[in-house]
Amino acid sequence: MARYIGKRLIYMFITLALIATFTFFLMKVLPGSPIASADKLSPEQRAVVEARYGLDQPLPVQYFNYMFGLLQGDLGISINQFKGADVTDVILSRMGPSAQIGFQGMVLGTFLGILFGMVAALRQNTWVDYTSTIVAIIGISIPSFVFASLLQYWFGLKWDLFPVALWKDGFMSSVLPSIALAMFPLATAARFIRTEMIEVLGSDYITLAKAKGASGSEIAFKHAFRNALIPLVTVLGPMAVSILTGSLVVEQIFAIPGIGEQFVKSIMVNDFSIIMGTTMFFSVFLIAIILIVDILYGVIDPRIRLSGGKN
Amino acid sequence: MKNSKILWLFGLVLVLSAFLAACGGGDDTDTGTETTETEGTEGNGGEPDSVQELNLIQSAEIPTMDVSMAEDAVAFEILNNVNEGLFRLNEENIAEPALAEGEPEVSEDGLTYTFKLRDANWSDGTPITANDFVFAWQRAIDPDTGSPYGPYMMAGTIKNATEVSEGSMEVSELGITAEDDNTLVVELERPTPYFMSLMAFGTFYPLNEEFVTEQGGDYASNSETILYNGPFTLTNWDGTGLTWTMEKNAEYWDAETVQLDAVNVDVVKETSTAVNLYQSGEKDRVGLSGEFALQYAEDPEVLREQEPVLFYLKFNQERDGEETAMANENIRKALATGFNKQSLVDVVLANGSLPANYLVPTEFAFNEAGEDFREINGDMLGFNADEAKTYWEQGLEEIGETEVTLELLGGDTELAGKMDAYLKDQLETNLEGLTVNLKAVPFGVRLELDEAQDYDIQNSGWGPDFQDPMTFLDLFVTGSSHNLMSYSNEEFDTLIEQAKGELAQDAEGRWEAMAQAEKLLIEEDAAIAPIYQRGIMSLQKPYVNNIVKHPFGGDYSYKWAYISGKE
Repeated sequence: MARYIGKRLIYMFITLALIATFTFFLMKVLPGSPIASADKLSPEQRAVVEARYGLDQPLPVQYFNYMFGLLQGDLGISINQFKGADVTDVILSRMGPSAQIGFQGMVLGTFLGILFGMVAALRQNTWVDYTSTIVAIIGISIPSFVFASLLQYWFGLKWDLFPVALWKDGFMSSVLPSIALAMFPLATAARFIRTEMIEVLGSDYITLAKAKGASGSEIAFKHAFRNALIPLVTVLGPMAVSILTGSLVVEQIFAIPGIGEQFVKSIMVNDFSIIMGTTMFFSVFLIAIILIVDILYGVIDPRIRLSGGKN
Repeated sequence: MKNSKILWLFGLVLVLSAFLAACGGGDDTDTGTETTETEGTEGNGGEPDSVQELNLIQSAEIPTMDVSMAEDAVAFEILNNVNEGLFRLNEENIAEPALAEGEPEVSEDGLTYTFKLRDANWSDGTPITANDFVFAWQRAIDPDTGSPYGPYMMAGTIKNATEVSEGSMEVSELGITAEDDNTLVVELERPTPYFMSLMAFGTFYPLNEEFVTEQGGDYASNSETILYNGPFTLTNWDGTGLTWTMEKNAEYWDAETVQLDAVNVDVVKETSTAVNLYQSGEKDRVGLSGEFALQYAEDPEVLREQEPVLFYLKFNQERDGEETAMANENIRKALATGFNKQSLVDVVLANGSLPANYLVPTEFAFNEAGEDFREINGDMLGFNADEAKTYWEQGLEEIGETEVTLELLGGDTELAGKMDAYLKDQLETNLEGLTVNLKAVPFGVRLELDEAQDYDIQNSGWGPDFQDPMTFLDLFVTGSSHNLMSYSNEEFDTLIEQAKGELAQDAEGRWEAMAQAEKLLIEEDAAIAPIYQRGIMSLQKPYVNNIVKHPFGGDYSYKWAYISGKE
C-alpha cells in the first residue's frame, strides 16, 4: 500500500508539472494585456509597467522563473486583480466561504440523494419512486443559476427567511447557496444509488440472503447499499472538487467572496499569476481527491486491488 | 406506465410555474407607472435624519488603494472619497481649492504654479506637508514603481516627466519642489489651462513618505495600512474582499460639511441580486443594466445620469499597407450619415444614452462663463438617409466600384453584439451595394487589432482623464497612438498644436481653435462617426440626497450626501 501511494505521488508530481507548463503557455496565448488601462497608455508607457512584472522578458525565461518559484511554493504576486497582493494570500482569503458552502452542499446533497435513491429502489415503480426520480431530473436539468435565483427571490426577498445575498450573517448566509449547490450531488447520487440498488437487489446473493431469512433492512443496508456505493464514489470525487472549489454561478448570485468567482475574473482581466496560482491549487486538489477515491475503493470493495497482486 | 406519464407532466408543470412566477415577479414591484415622468429621484431635500448611513453596491472589487497604482473606476472613486489632492471637484463639477489654500500663484508664462497648503492632517493626526506631494509624484513617475497612470497623466504636462519615466533623468528632476512645509512649486512643460482639474485627479494626491516607507510592500494592502486625508476613511477592507466601509474622517479639514457617518459598500456583480437587495431595503442605490434598465424605465425611483463617455466608429483608411474604401471622403460621409442614432439609443441601448453628432460630450467641459463647449459647435453630420445615399453613390463612382464589403470590428458583450447588428442592418439598408461583416472579439483582442490597424470599421469608445475638450480631440492628430486609422489632416494638427501651444493662455482663442478642430474632424473629414454618449440608469431610494456625479476621476462624491426621511 505504501509503495503504491509513493508511486502515485511521483505521478502526481509529474502531472502537476505538465499542467503548470501547459497552462502557462496556453495563458500566454490568451489575447489581451494584464494592464487595465492598456488602451490609454502609449507603447513606451506600457513597456515600463510590463517590465515591473517581468513580462518584458522572453517567454522561456518567464517560464523558468515561474517554475522555479513554483518549486519553492512561491505563486508570485497579482498583476492587476489585487495589485501586488501575494497570490497565495488571495487564494487562502477566498477559500473559506467556498469550502463552507461547498462542504455543506455536498453533504446535504449526497445524504438526501442516497436516501432518495434507496427509497426509490426499495419501492420501485411506486409513487415514491416516481417522485424521487422527478426530483432527480429537476436537479440535473435546472441550471444552478435558475435554481439559485429562485431560492433568492422566494426564500430571501419574498418570504424573508434567509438573507437575500452577501456573506454577513454567518451560517444563515450559507443556507441558500448550500441548498443551491446541493441539487446537483443530490440528483446524481439519487440516480446512481437507485440504478445500482435495483441491479444488486436482483442478484443471486440477495435471493440467497432472503432465502436464509435475513430481514429486509439487513439486506438493504448490509448487502445492497454497500455494493451500490462504488459507482457513486467514482463520481463524487471529482464532483466534490468542483463544488468545494466553488461554483462561480452560485457565488456570483449570492455575492459570496469565494474562489470560483474570483478565478473567472482573473481570466477576464489577464492576471497571469492569479490564473496560474488558482489553476495549480485546483489541480493539486483534484489529483489528491482522485488518489483518495482510489484508496477508498479498496476499503469499500475488497475485490478491487490497488497494488499488483501478491496472492 | 400511464401513471408515470402523469407524474412527469405534473413535474414539468411544477418546474415551469415556479420559473414563470420568478420571471414575472419583478412586475408587481413597479406599480408606479401612473406617476408623472421625472428625470429621476433627486432626494427629497428635507432635514437630515439622526442615522446617517448610506448602503451602496459596487460592481467590482478594489484592485488597489495605492494612488500611484490606481488605473480603474472603482479605485479612483474610492480614492476620491477617502483622499484628497490640491483641488477637488465641487457639487457643480468645478475644480475648487481643497488642500490648497486658495488659488495658486501662476507665473506670467503659465509654467510655474506656487501653491500654499492649508492646515490639514492625515487620519493619524500628522500634518500634511508639501513634501508629501513631492514624494507621491516622484513615486508615481519612477519607472521602478511601474505606475500606469503616473506617466500617462504627467508626461508632456509636468516638467521632465517623460524623461524621468523613461529612466533618462533622476526622479528629483521632476518639476515639483517643496519650498517649505506649506509651499509647493510645480513647473510645467507647457501652459495647461485645465491644470486645476488635473489636481483633483487621484494620481496627483499626496502620500506620507514616512508612513509609506515604513509599511513597505504592505502599504495599501488593507484598510489599516493606509493613511487618509479625505472626507472619509476606509475600514473593514481586507485587500481582496467584497466588502468595505467608508467612515467619516474626524481629521478632515472640512469635516463639518460631511454629514454621513458611514457608507457601507458590498460588491455585487449580478444585477438581479443587486436589484433584489435594493428591493429588500438593504441597499439604497443600484445600477441598472440590460433588461433591468428596460424593466424599471418607468419606475418612480429611477435616476438617469449622463456620462462624458463617447462611442464612435473609427474608419480605417489604410489596411495592410493598402488604401481602403474609406480613404474616400464621400464613402466615410455616407457611412457617418447612414444610420439612425435616435432609434439606436431608444430601442437597442435603452439605458438613457444620448445620440451623438459630436465628439466632445455634452455637460462635460465649460468655458469661464460657464458655457458648455457643445453650444459652440452643436450637432454635426447627423443621420440623413437621402444625403447618405448621395454621398455613397458619389463615393462609389470615385473609387470605381459598385459593391463594397467592410468588416465592422466590435466588442463581444451582449450589448455590443446587439448594437453592431443594428448598425449592419441600418448601413446595408441605406447604402446599396454595401456588405458589412461583423467581427465580435474580447476587449483585449480589439486593442491588438487596433494597434495592428487590422480592421475596416471599429466600434470604439473614450472616457476623459481631465476636464477639457483636448482629452478627446488630440486622440486623432497624425501619428497619435490612438489614431491608428491613418487619418491625417495638417490643418487639424495645426489647430491642436496651437491650442496646446501659443493659444494656451488665450482662453477664448483656444476654445475657438478646438471647436474648429472638432468641426474639421467630424463634419468636413468624417474621420470618425460619433454614435452615442453613454447614459446610466440606477434606482435610488427617495431618502438619499446629494450624491454628486463627476465627469472624470472618481465617478461619485459622498462628501455632501445625506439621508433624510428614512425613519
